[in-house]
Amino acid sequence: MARIEISGVSKVYPGNVEAIKDLSLSINDGELVVLVGPSGCGKSTLLRMIAGLETITGGTISIGETVVNKLEPAERDIAMVFQNYALYPHMSVRGNLEYGLKNRGTQRAEIDKRVADAARILEIEAFLDRKPRQLSGGQRQRVAMGRAIVRQPKAFLFDEPLSNLDAKLRAHMRVEIRRLQRALGTTSVYVTHDQLEAMTLADKLVVMNGGVIEQVGKPLDVYSDPQSLFVAAFMGSPGMNLIDIESLRAIGADLPGSIPTATGTVGVRPEDIVLEKPAGPHLTIAATLDAVELVGSESLVYANAKGIEKDIILRSSGIHRGNPGDVLALHIPHSALHSFARESGRKVAAA
Amino acid sequence: MQTKRTIFSNKGLPYLLLAPQLAITIVFFIWPAAQAVKSSFEREDPFGLRTSFVWFQNYTRLFTDPNYLNSFGRTLIFAVSVTFLAMAIALLLAAAVNRLIRSSNVYTTLLVWPYAVAPVVAGILWWFMFNPSIGILPYALGQFGITWNHRTSGTDAMILVIIAATWKQISYNFLFFLAGMQSIPNSLTEAAAIDGAGPFKRFWTIVFPLLSPTTFFLMIININYAMFDTFGIIDGTTSGGPNQATNILVYKVYDDGFLGLNIGSSAAQSVILMLIVIALVFVQFRFIERRVQY
Ligand SMILES: Nc1ncnc2c1ncn2[C@@H]1O[C@H](COP(=O)(O)OP(=O)(O)OP(=O)(O)O)[C@@H](O)[C@H]1O
Ligand SMILES: [Mg+2]
Repeated sequence: MARIEISGVSKVYPGNVEAIKDLSLSINDGELVVLVGPSGCGKSTLLRMIAGLETITGGTISIGETVVNKLEPAERDIAMVFQNYALYPHMSVRGNLEYGLKNRGTQRAEIDKRVADAARILEIEAFLDRKPRQLSGGQRQRVAMGRAIVRQPKAFLFDEPLSNLDAKLRAHMRVEIRRLQRALGTTSVYVTHDQLEAMTLADKLVVMNGGVIEQVGKPLDVYSDPQSLFVAAFMGSPGMNLIDIESLRAIGADLPGSIPTATGTVGVRPEDIVLEKPAGPHLTIAATLDAVELVGSESLVYANAKGIEKDIILRSSGIHRGNPGDVLALHIPHSALHSFARESGRKVAAA
Repeated sequence: MQTKRTIFSNKGLPYLLLAPQLAITIVFFIWPAAQAVKSSFEREDPFGLRTSFVWFQNYTRLFTDPNYLNSFGRTLIFAVSVTFLAMAIALLLAAAVNRLIRSSNVYTTLLVWPYAVAPVVAGILWWFMFNPSIGILPYALGQFGITWNHRTSGTDAMILVIIAATWKQISYNFLFFLAGMQSIPNSLTEAAAIDGAGPFKRFWTIVFPLLSPTTFFLMIININYAMFDTFGIIDGTTSGGPNQATNILVYKVYDDGFLGLNIGSSAAQSVILMLIVIALVFVQFRFIERRVQY
């Protein structure tokens, strides 16, 4: 168990590919940090640098009190769960769990105890003598987890560990991982591009884009208070509606007086747009219905407003009954507006 | 699995289409093989005028002939050494090239070249290098006080043919080992590295076991090669000498039949070789293809 301190780290791959740019991040003892971001933003690269599978081009990474830049993966005392599980196909499940302990010269009795404990916790006792190919995807995933926990490492590193499972099993394993991580209290870094995983697992959510961190914070804070256009659009599915302020002014929308002058774009979450006139101050946009997506418990309504380029999406609970071409009045409470600066795309605070 | 099936309207057409291939197989393989089996039961007089049927006499003679038994022993030493060395060196080279990221294609190409050299040419190449009077290697060895003469020393001759035969087979093994290694997911060795295994341990506990299908396949191929495909190399270097020291089975067939003109014995020897090949192929299909898996 340990803190992980990443300071000023960069990574340049051969061929001058700059995957990580001057990135700093502190991960507290026992914390579960989730890295999210679009494909190719450098999540895996960062994780693999912590693991010691990629060299660090610049900056330092320390685990506990030790700078690990020059240490071999084995010396860093971390465990990693790979996306394809990377179980040793020629060894039994027991062999897989024991391998790391044997390599470290752990006593036989201790090995047996730890393997038995891990097998019990993960409910894989019945398959200890099977080969990985004789297991289902979910069981393999458990073995991969088992291989990480028997080692009792300083930190767990997960690289999209659930992405090969079906939706139901994924939801189940997500809860298991959360429970296990809480119970063991081991510092963890978890890479995913599944929003739901990110939101539900994280103590601390890190949104990355193009090799830099866009925002760090508690999942709900990141969601409800995005600090940049990128985070606003990336978090949530669908993401925040982003509307050019000039087009709003052009259609005479009733913008709040307090809106900062630097604002170039305003944003509003799909669930904050309502169809019934709210009590408080709000602005209203006239639009025509384009399409409705029924998700089951809720509906996503796509509406087109004159003078606004992109469709505005709103979320309404239950089933929205409407047909394309219907005229809608979209009401947006002033309190639900987010303002982003014209040039930088950063959030601007209300004046 | 779906099988491709073509329906011929004319029943004779498929046979007609197969005819050329069948003709070649019969004329060049089946017929000579049958001839060999037939001759192995016969004895010809020295002038080739009369042949008499002698049952298994050619075979029983062989197994009491010290020369033949000696040749068997030589073949064993030769085949085991060539198989072991060619595979071990190839494995080492493949492991080294597999670690390279950038220039691995260049090395692969270079390492595959020997395979393209004809066996006799390879034999002559090594014959030149090891030539006791003009060769560079005996000269170099002489500097260290080692006398090299494969014309008089049976051991030197055996070493020479082993080197020549091994050198030629490394490329083939290398390609298979390299392909085998590249099909092992990187994440396995990475997981092992995190699990505290150093490079050697990773190789022996992860990579090598996962290569076992390749290794067994190559073992059969190499034994086959060493026993039957090295005629050209022996002919180009030592011609079976000195004093029978490198007269391996396949060379002895030729030696006794074409030089010694003892057709009956030579035929019996080739039948024995045929049986060995059949046994090896049987082992490969029956045991290895099925058992070796993880
Ligand atoms: N070995 C490599 N050599 C060169 N460039 C690489 C290498 N590995 C990754 N990259 C590049 O580095 C960038 C970050 O890659 P990385 O694998 O970290 O992305 P990621 O965030 O994990 O994406 P994904 O969600 O698709 O897994 C990408 O632009 C990728 O092309
Ligand atoms: Mg990745």
